[in-house]
Amino acid sequence: MSSDNLVEIRDLNFTYDSRPILTGINMTIPRGKVVAVMGSSGCGKTTTLRLIGGQLKPTSGEVKVSGQVVHQLDADGLYGLRRRMGMLFQFGALFTDMSVFDNIAFQMREHTDLPETVIRDLVLMKLNAVGLRGAHDLMPAELSGGMARRVALARAVALDPMLIMYDEPFAGLDPISLSIIGELIRKLNDALGASSIVVTHDVQESLKIVDYVYFVSAGKIVAEGTAEDIKNSKVPYVHQFVWGEEDGPVPFHYPSRPYGEELMGRGAHHG
Amino acid sequence: MDNGLSRALGGLGRRVTSRVWRLGYASRFFLAILLNSATALRRVHLTIREIYFTGVLSLIIILVSGLFVGMVLGLQGYDTLQRYGSTEALGVLVSLSLVRELGPVVAALLFASRAGSAITAEIGMMKATEQLSAMEMMAVDPIARVVAPRFWGGVISMPLLAALFSAMGIFGGYLVGVQLIGVDEGSFWSQMQASVDFREDILNGVIKSFVFGIIVSWVAVFEGYDAEPTAEGVSGATTRTVVTSSLAILAADFILTAFMFTGT
Repeated sequence: MSSDNLVEIRDLNFTYDSRPILTGINMTIPRGKVVAVMGSSGCGKTTTLRLIGGQLKPTSGEVKVSGQVVHQLDADGLYGLRRRMGMLFQFGALFTDMSVFDNIAFQMREHTDLPETVIRDLVLMKLNAVGLRGAHDLMPAELSGGMARRVALARAVALDPMLIMYDEPFAGLDPISLSIIGELIRKLNDALGASSIVVTHDVQESLKIVDYVYFVSAGKIVAEGTAEDIKNSKVPYVHQFVWGEEDGPVPFHYPSRPYGEELMGRGAHHG
Repeated sequence: MDNGLSRALGGLGRRVTSRVWRLGYASRFFLAILLNSATALRRVHLTIREIYFTGVLSLIIILVSGLFVGMVLGLQGYDTLQRYGSTEALGVLVSLSLVRELGPVVAALLFASRAGSAITAEIGMMKATEQLSAMEMMAVDPIARVVAPRFWGGVISMPLLAALFSAMGIFGGYLVGVQLIGVDEGSFWSQMQASVDFREDILNGVIKSFVFGIIVSWVAVFEGYDAEPTAEGVSGATTRTVVTSSLAILAADFILTAFMFTGT
């Protein structure tokens, strides 16, 4: 494995209940880069993140993070690796029984022996980086969707991870929060010298900030390249996705019997 | 006909297999809680917080129910004892009924409804909102950090609540028997002191409530952790906690009683 690559995925297959979710995936995440994994809902993007984080085991193939094959690690090895990873979940997954401050201090208290005064300063620095220092004593229920996502982002980078994974960081945000989160992903990655994987279906926002894109459809990589390559891609699925076309390789209609036949009630199953 | 029969048998077999599999999973989960209890016991503030939520916040329902159950025992007991001319034994009847049976059992049933369902709903919602996954990704084991403190909080709270239930019930019996009906106060307390044995009655009652605490807490944390991560899944898990733990309490009560009091 090249030392320039933090994550390498080779011939990865993942099957759930004998249904193939990912087939023959090969990906490389170079150090210091922000890489997007794009595709429509249910195509296997989040599964890829869970395989990298070791929450799922591959059916075949391997995921290497920092030279270690993730699924071969024992519990201690896996937890050791995860301490150097940060993950932002789709809707933040903030601990609802803790304040914003305690959410960010959580990992520091669990994994370090730092005195509370140092933890306080570190938490306020992380919150300042996402513009929410003044919100440190609020509870998650008191935050807007955009603020909750920023707090979750601050929590994901609490221990200065080498790899930050984002699961749909743009989902359900207003336009202002969208650009704030996009900017923060890029800035935090560069400031920490980390590598980032952004799983998203938000084309416009993510193409502004990423270095490289993998396009996944039905569990396979159908295209890859820089943001410019993707915008100019001639692959029908990618073209439909990037330009938001209603019909194309992904049909508007869910598979069904012919319309006329259904309306005339021939062979009807209902009524 | 044959097809129908084989389908029915197949369905029955699948249901039985699935129940046995789930019981095995629950047993492994119980073992995992015990193996991961060091954090909950070492960082005692985690468990104390849960004792507050499950124990202290259940106090009102436990105390009020205990008072009324004791008052009813006072009325019913007096009515029955009067027929035999032994109303001075009212204190014995009320106290033995409470410390041997009603205290541990009724307190455990109330605890399952009040605290068990809350534990299941909380853990289930943490799962549905990916808080448990987030914890795993932060290299923190949710069984050690979330499940074990709640389990031990319930196990510790249960005997204390049962004791308070019994004490409140005896007070209720006293109010009705002595203050309202006029049973002799001296006989009420002295016969109670003379007849209630610490090891035979009180200690066995404490053991019962400790076992019930384990049952309710185990079922509650397991159902929450195993819940489908949807609103419907959490709702179903909460219902299962109350139903399963209530039935298990009553079954365990019969078994424990058979061992503890047979032949005495």
